[in-house]
Amino acid sequence: MSINRRDFLKGALAGVTLLAAAAPAEARPNNTMPAEAVGLLYDSTLCIGCKACVSACKDANNMPAEFSMDEHYWDSPLDISGKTLNIIKIYKEGTGENKDQEKDGFAFMKVSCLHCVDPSCVSVCPVSAMTKNPVNGIVGYDKEICIGCRYCVVACPFGVPRFQYDTPFPQISKCQLCRHRLAEGKYAACATVCPTGATLFGKVEDLHGEAKRRVALKAGEMSEFPRGNINTHDQSSHTAKAAAYLPKIYGEKEVGGTQMLKLAAVPFDKLGMPTLAEQSNASISETMQHTMYGGLIAPLAFLGALTYAAKRNVKEDEHEE
Amino acid sequence: MANAHHPAAPLGGSLVTPTTLLLAALVLVAAGILAVRFLFGLGAVTNISDGYTWGIWVVYDVVIGSAFACGGYTIALLVYILNKGEYHPMVRPALLASLFGYTLAGIGVIFDLGRYWNAWHIFWPGYAQINSVMFEVAVCISAYIIVMWIEFSPAFLEKFGKKELKKKLSKLLFVFIALGILLPSMHQSSLGSMLVVFGNQIHPLWQTILLPLLYLMTAVLIGFAIVIFEACLSSAGFKRPLEMHLLSKLSKLMIWVLAAYLAVRIGDLLVRGALVRMFEGSIEALMFWIEMGLFIAPLVILASSSARLNPSKLFIAASSLMLAGFLLRINSYLVGYEPPIGWHYFPSVPEILVSVGMIAFEVLGYIVLVRYLPILPGNVETTVAQIRK
Ligand code: SF4
Ligand code: SF4
Ligand code: SF4
Repeated sequence: MSINRRDFLKGALAGVTLLAAAAPAEARPNNTMPAEAVGLLYDSTLCIGCKACVSACKDANNMPAEFSMDEHYWDSPLDISGKTLNIIKIYKEGTGENKDQEKDGFAFMKVSCLHCVDPSCVSVCPVSAMTKNPVNGIVGYDKEICIGCRYCVVACPFGVPRFQYDTPFPQISKCQLCRHRLAEGKYAACATVCPTGATLFGKVEDLHGEAKRRVALKAGEMSEFPRGNINTHDQSSHTAKAAAYLPKIYGEKEVGGTQMLKLAAVPFDKLGMPTLAEQSNASISETMQHTMYGGLIAPLAFLGALTYAAKRNVKEDEHEE
Repeated sequence: MANAHHPAAPLGGSLVTPTTLLLAALVLVAAGILAVRFLFGLGAVTNISDGYTWGIWVVYDVVIGSAFACGGYTIALLVYILNKGEYHPMVRPALLASLFGYTLAGIGVIFDLGRYWNAWHIFWPGYAQINSVMFEVAVCISAYIIVMWIEFSPAFLEKFGKKELKKKLSKLLFVFIALGILLPSMHQSSLGSMLVVFGNQIHPLWQTILLPLLYLMTAVLIGFAIVIFEACLSSAGFKRPLEMHLLSKLSKLMIWVLAAYLAVRIGDLLVRGALVRMFEGSIEALMFWIEMGLFIAPLVILASSSARLNPSKLFIAASSLMLAGFLLRINSYLVGYEPPIGWHYFPSVPEILVSVGMIAFEVLGYIVLVRYLPILPGNVETTVAQIRK
């Protein structure tokens, strides 16, 4: 038996209806930065690799020590993990003698959550355990809501959220920009303790202005570098020679922008930061979903067509029996 | 009409055989490993890491497991929507396999969820996050499992002699049948959509906005293949004659859909300019060749109508197509996935044993139910009577 023409035409009609229903859904552009967004500016050229921020982060978040050497004397994480939210990684090439040089040099890079403007982790989380604060833009996590599906772990373009594999009651760990300290009138622990201002806290707008200023400096030119909190000037600034900055502010555009900005003198891909498009992955995925399922119009139209066909054919089917 | 079908009947026969005992043993091993997982965490038995946090418990047990359970979907689509009544005798066996496959995929999710006690949050207004593709997958799969149990309930009602209830349900069955097409169409495509948000972390041979369509088409294809595959196996296992006329017709439809799939797949690669990547010397390119080879093989094997009447060719073609669908999923989720930092993943032995145990459970359940409930077409009483003694 073949599909008769009437059935075929109906099927085709239903298909066209489906497409027509799906078409009006608008592409969702990248989300935009909240007005009061706060973040960090990390300047690789100012970083001296002292790791004060790594241990301050552990203290501020009550995270356990992690050991990468045989002797368990002190905390020595090699990467962020279920127990570590922030580390300083080192790049080394050739003789590794010269700071902030690609050849025969070395450089540092801070690894922690970038607090994306349009975060993948928030877009993929099926239960709203990852959320972006609409006012300050901090991407926070609530373990009481989380189901542990780890979609955020796979989806984050920077590999930031980590999971705990060695416990029956695991949770996700990721930097939440010390939002618990903000509530106490303090700010990010890593920026608070940074001796050189390599990690600076403040409003993203102001951090962005400062980043632009630094990029425009001539290499070797003396300049003032604020420390701690760029908005409250709670710490004295210090004077230093400007490095040969690359003309790039990492995080300005990547996946729709991030609230943590980074400066360096060695190319960012060498420092482990991925090269990413300006369009956020979240917006691509959500546009696709909304096109197919916006207002449930297409699925309902499809269901209508299916019910109609099924009703006719099930009846015929029963006659046969 | 030439499709005078015989009412379904239970097969009967012994439940304790070497096969069922082996299957039961495999299920027990898996249960033991799962006990360790729930006591000590996922890392105690699996090789997953932050680089590859989704291992085979997600990709095989759920993504592939549910696709392999699409026989019921494809057959229902043919019989009830395209009105191809001749395939009616295949509805119940296919639906049963689907019911098991999906129910187990649903249970498998719990094994993998780190904070499984919160799983209900997905359905809870206030927690549910509708922009997440996973939300849609979870809702549609759960709903489909319920719908399938309802669709399948006439077999139980028949067994327990609840004629009145069965009649009432039959009147409404078309609603559930329609839902039983809609829901898998949605979540099978969404299992592909889940990858779109990973952006350039997925190799261009697989990352495309058409992933939902590719996953949907291959789910239908796997549905065809699995029905042929199961018909061959159950005819050998239960010593029943093969319904060749049906299978050969079915396989003809299958290769048409397959040709359409290949046109979409290759067309998409061409349009995106990604096809050249198949010539790079990488493990991804190699796996792509194997995947495509397995998709193309059934087209070649079943090209002639005489080949479509040959049971062993049918079986080989169906197996090839199932493997192809399997590889598309493995490749897009694991092989083609490059985490931001250099990690590697290969499943651990206990991890594999859990997946094996789930398959064993499925086969065991199928054997028990076809012997006990009216599922397979009852046109072979004499043959069955012969094996029974
Ligand atoms: S860096 Fe990753 S974890 Fe942090 S907000 Fe962006 S997507 Fe989320
Ligand atoms: S692991 Fe938790 S936070 Fe991450 S996506 Fe799943 S539910 Fe959300
Ligand atoms: S903001 Fe707080 S949690 Fe984040 S890296 Fe700095 S110290 Fe750690």
